[in-house]
Amino acid sequence: MSNVLRPATEWELQSMMASLAERHIAVEVIGAGSKRACGRPVGASAILSTAMLRGITLYEPTELVMSARSGTPLSQIEVELAARGQMLPFEPIDLGALLGQQPGLQTIGGVFGANLSGPRRFVAGAARDHVLGIQAVNGRGEPFKSGGRVMKNVTGIDLARGITGSWGTLAVFSEVTFKVLPLPDDLVTLVFRGLTDELATELMCAAAGSPYEVSGAIHLTETLARRLRTGELAEDKKSLTALRIENFSKSVDYRKGRLKELLVAFGRPDELDLDLSLKFWVELRRFSVMPNSAAQVWRISTAPRNGPKLVASIRRHVPVEAYYDWSGGLIWLEMQASADAGAADVRRAVASFGGHATLIRADDAVRREVQVFQPLTPAVSRITQGLKAAFDPLGILNPGRMYANL
Amino acid sequence: MSMIELPRPDASVVARRLEIVAALQGLVPAGSVIADEDGRRAYETDALTAYKSMPLAVVLPATTNEVSLVLAYAHANGIKVVARGAGTSLCGGALPAEDVIVVGVAKMNRVLEVDYDGRFARVEAGITNLAITKTVSAHNFFYAPDPSSQLACTLAGNIAMNSGGAHCLKYGVTTNNVLGVKMVLITGEVVDIGGSYADAEGYDLLALIVGSEGQFGIITEATVRILPASEGARPMMVGFESAAKAAICVARIIASGILPVAIEFMDKPAIEVCEAFAKAGYPLDVEALLIIEVEGSEEEINDRLAYIAGIANELSPKSIVVSSSEEQAARIWKGRKAAFGAIGRLSDYYCMDGTIPLANLAHVLEQISEICTRQGLKVANIFHAGDGNLHPLIMYDANAPGEIEKAELAGAEILKLCVAVGGCLTGEHGVGIEKRDLMTVQFSQIDLDMQMRVKSVFDPSWLLNPAKVFPLEGRPVPLAIVPLSPAAQALADRHPPVAA
Repeated sequence: MSNVLRPATEWELQSMMASLAERHIAVEVIGAGSKRACGRPVGASAILSTAMLRGITLYEPTELVMSARSGTPLSQIEVELAARGQMLPFEPIDLGALLGQQPGLQTIGGVFGANLSGPRRFVAGAARDHVLGIQAVNGRGEPFKSGGRVMKNVTGIDLARGITGSWGTLAVFSEVTFKVLPLPDDLVTLVFRGLTDELATELMCAAAGSPYEVSGAIHLTETLARRLRTGELAEDKKSLTALRIENFSKSVDYRKGRLKELLVAFGRPDELDLDLSLKFWVELRRFSVMPNSAAQVWRISTAPRNGPKLVASIRRHVPVEAYYDWSGGLIWLEMQASADAGAADVRRAVASFGGHATLIRADDAVRREVQVFQPLTPAVSRITQGLKAAFDPLGILNPGRMYANL
Repeated sequence: MSMIELPRPDASVVARRLEIVAALQGLVPAGSVIADEDGRRAYETDALTAYKSMPLAVVLPATTNEVSLVLAYAHANGIKVVARGAGTSLCGGALPAEDVIVVGVAKMNRVLEVDYDGRFARVEAGITNLAITKTVSAHNFFYAPDPSSQLACTLAGNIAMNSGGAHCLKYGVTTNNVLGVKMVLITGEVVDIGGSYADAEGYDLLALIVGSEGQFGIITEATVRILPASEGARPMMVGFESAAKAAICVARIIASGILPVAIEFMDKPAIEVCEAFAKAGYPLDVEALLIIEVEGSEEEINDRLAYIAGIANELSPKSIVVSSSEEQAARIWKGRKAAFGAIGRLSDYYCMDGTIPLANLAHVLEQISEICTRQGLKVANIFHAGDGNLHPLIMYDANAPGEIEKAELAGAEILKLCVAVGGCLTGEHGVGIEKRDLMTVQFSQIDLDMQMRVKSVFDPSWLLNPAKVFPLEGRPVPLAIVPLSPAAQALADRHPPVAA
């Protein structure tokens, strides 16, 4: 990456974008580049990286708010927050290892650009739910802002959230402002072994629907559970279902007890203490159960109770391993590599059970041929193209990254 | 009356009123069209009652298809449309004009599906906010956003305004609790966005739609998150001799790692009025009162309230009361929730809604008091302290000439102050007509252009909820018009424009 534009200030970013727009030069927008292997390959002659736009510009722990320039490494943000006993509640996942890179590279701009949320998402909300404001430059080279730094703000159209998750196709963030929360004092993980996908989903839904504020509910099929590195979890050679409880120590004890009573029909769980729990949930966020390989990986969002049925209907055609997150509402599917990445089977299953699927890992050639993101209905597609034209009328920002016509 | 400019109605449309009414009666059951003057009068204003205007006609469709037919007709004939839920908007968001058709969604109020495993409910958008919670409460679930008007206000209106409430410190506002919508575009085309699963596909259209104040389309159905209710909840009250101390207390509670479900603030004038109304046991000798609520099991609640009391005690409060029974808890909340009504019994009031960074609270409250004194008006402050969302209630006499103008002047000054200290014009009430002309205080022209370009994507001919949100000057931004889809074209063909 020698010919990379690296703006170091918002003004430089704006000048570069204005200059690219003037010359109609398409540009691939990246942060640290940790997710370049995700999405459709971008057809652009220039690369613009936000990696030099770094630094935390505002942190008010008593107001639960932080602002950072878009190229600030996520790791730096998490260290700063932890030093004040706080965290990003949506627990962003790190696709680095899954995509054959080092973990820990991604920038805060990349996290919001891809709307990456981890296990706590089903209770705490997604990355986009924590966006309070943004400053960005659009495809015309115009700097604009939306939202602000306060927790409650309904002034005008919510462009800040609207741009989140658009994979750099609408605008380039220069700065993001987001909500943070206190770190829990204590946590424990309850681990159930040997449940089928169906039973595990039942268990996870029962736990998530209880008043005990379960903040993580995941299930790994046996093959994936055997790849775990935390403690001796891999040795059991059985599927694994885990629930996380976070709170003050007394509350954790109390809630753990109540949950065990509630879920007694699913067997007696093992417990991971604070240290092992921390390792376990970090390991999940970093996808050590899906290390880089030729196998292809899909990410599917669906209604939790439909998860196992959806997976079973794909499994009838092609062998898959499944990592269920969000109490069953999010499924990471690993399957043997094929020329179409099993797209027909995945899309058909998603169409009958509802939800959406994204091809996360596959060769460039496959991602060029297969629809990587969920195909849109004609009406939504037309609105989508309208938005693209509103933000980036020349189509110079990450052309083709999400959809061929975008 | 008022200072906010409203565009002159299009006389050619007003002149066609009877013909338009007849056409509407041909599209939906005749009883669903309100055309007589008395009937229309019920729709001439919303909760910003200083502004009134009689609409051309009111349609109360019962189905998405009826909404679609009405919008397609309006689109084909270039007639403006104002969507309406329960008409509880505090910013004039549902204010009609003489040349608009009002489309009210209140008839569409059925619950379509509830899934406790998936923790979602699919409902028609005219359902009231509280009715959603009532539907699922037997299973110990609830719908989280709780605006004070929740008994009356509709989900459609909540979605339009991205409504909040007292408990959003923990559970978020409407945008954090909507999974999917069915929306009718001005062309009559019906679009489904998102569904019963997390993070809708493609661009985050829901983020743009929630809070778009009826500018993009009419929502007829929505899928919302429902959450398991906690085992219990109880408030405590802490009174301080100054607002500054109360603000420090809030900051320390949040910094300590506890996140209460709600932290509400009342100043002395508000305390006096609410106490007189609700007999909640509020202390009358304090300048600032915090109501702090926590959730959990009985033991957890006791623990946490004791912890918070410890933090408060370091600041030598003038009083601390921990509610000891459900009845007492209900009384404490009754006072707070009835605050606007209680003040309304004493005086007309103008309720503002700016949000500020909490560190500026004491300074801003002082300035608010000075601004109102300068106009010769009294003010009471009641608001969500946990998230800095202020609600100064500026009291005035509607019958005294010039007083409403003074209240509006003071309100505008207060909102400019909120923006100047790093906050925003509106935390949960919306822009509507009320704050439309202040948008340039918070946003640059490019910021506004970007928002208006997005508006043009959804409503290229700018027929939906006219004269709201964006300053009248400099709109609309021209955009390469997106061609109609075949479905929308077919709908348009069915309603050829009426010859003038």
